[in-house]
Amino acid sequence: MDFTPIYLTLKLAAITTLLLLVIGLPVAWWLSRGRSFFKIMLEAVITMPLVLPPSVLGFYLLLAFSPQHGIGLWLQKTFDVQFVFSFKGLVLASVIYSLPFMIAPIKSALQQLPVSLAQASYSLGKSRWQTFVNVLLPNIKPSLLTAIVLTFAHTLGEFGVVLMIGGNIPGVTRVASIAVYDSVEQMDYHSANVYSLILFAITFVLVIAVFIFNKYQLKSPLE
Amino acid sequence: MISIDIEKKLKAYKGQHILRIKQQFAAGSITRIYGPSGAGKTTLLKTIAGFIEPEKGKIIINDAVWLDTASRINVPPQKRLAGFVFQDYALFPNMTVLEHLEYATADKEWIRRLLAIGKLEPFATHKPEYLSGGQQQRLAILRALAIKPKVLLMDEPFSALDPESKSTLIDELKVLFEELKATVLIVTHNPHELDGLTNLELVIN
Repeated sequence: MDFTPIYLTLKLAAITTLLLLVIGLPVAWWLSRGRSFFKIMLEAVITMPLVLPPSVLGFYLLLAFSPQHGIGLWLQKTFDVQFVFSFKGLVLASVIYSLPFMIAPIKSALQQLPVSLAQASYSLGKSRWQTFVNVLLPNIKPSLLTAIVLTFAHTLGEFGVVLMIGGNIPGVTRVASIAVYDSVEQMDYHSANVYSLILFAITFVLVIAVFIFNKYQLKSPLE
Repeated sequence: MISIDIEKKLKAYKGQHILRIKQQFAAGSITRIYGPSGAGKTTLLKTIAGFIEPEKGKIIINDAVWLDTASRINVPPQKRLAGFVFQDYALFPNMTVLEHLEYATADKEWIRRLLAIGKLEPFATHKPEYLSGGQQQRLAILRALAIKPKVLLMDEPFSALDPESKSTLIDELKVLFEELKATVLIVTHNPHELDGLTNLELVIN
């Protein structure tokens, strides 16, 4: 039994979640402040992966990062980086695909905080950064945890987008969801069952943990 | 001396109306501001603090220009350092009483004195959700005073206090205001509750 797909999946989910936390926090904060046409457009683009078939997103990423032309060729020539059929490509696709799962809960939580909280902090001479770290962030902890877990769990289950840009290279891009499909194709139901059970167990524990944590915070993680 | 000359459009039930204020407040004065709901009392305080930008106007505090729309000067609230007591208190749910004051100032002696004035020493380790409405309001006042502001803006600061606590607190605050040489603007719905504290009044209709 080869557990590399499970290891690759967990590694991909951890890196994606970490990257999205760094990208998502400032973007969600910026989106939560006021409305403009540009912000609405950007939010629509960020939300697209929720409704777009993963294979469509994967297809366009495959075209965009193909080393034969465009950005892919430029990245290959300039930085010797290739996204297609590599783990780096999986990370890039996952970051784009899971973007709304990180940004939406954080943005919504920030919008629900009274404006006067930040204003009170500013009146004490605190900068936007100090206010964000000391006042805003600690008061959206349940939503932050929900965003982190949803992103992690969603990345664990990615299939279409990952298959399109990464293919099925053992030890490199063959993550658990692809290993399940591949095992079934080869009539290896035992392996498919083991991979599926492990994914199911990890996801279930994560979701239960969020519900328990948020119960103590008197808030549903779905709010 | 605070010199204010502003024009700000306000949303009203039917359309909008314009808040026009042209007023000077002597340094160290304590002014009560009252008028009907929606007249723009809170907007005036928020404009002075820098949270709201008016369409037109000038705000000059002791020769320092905080706002001049003609010259595109608009000093951010962080640099104005006007103490502000919010109507909804705007306490930080994640911080205890003591942490609120420590977030505002590093002066331990000043914090100890403020806690004594607000009678909040026994509740220093409590978060806002475990305080009564009156205690929350007192904390909001203490937090605004923690930065030793030269301009203090208070929006309905005594509405949740019982008459006895209000009277004791007002006596203590009078001493503090004099000590800080602060110019104080207090919005109230009940002008008589501030008798003896304020020496000027501004009616916004």
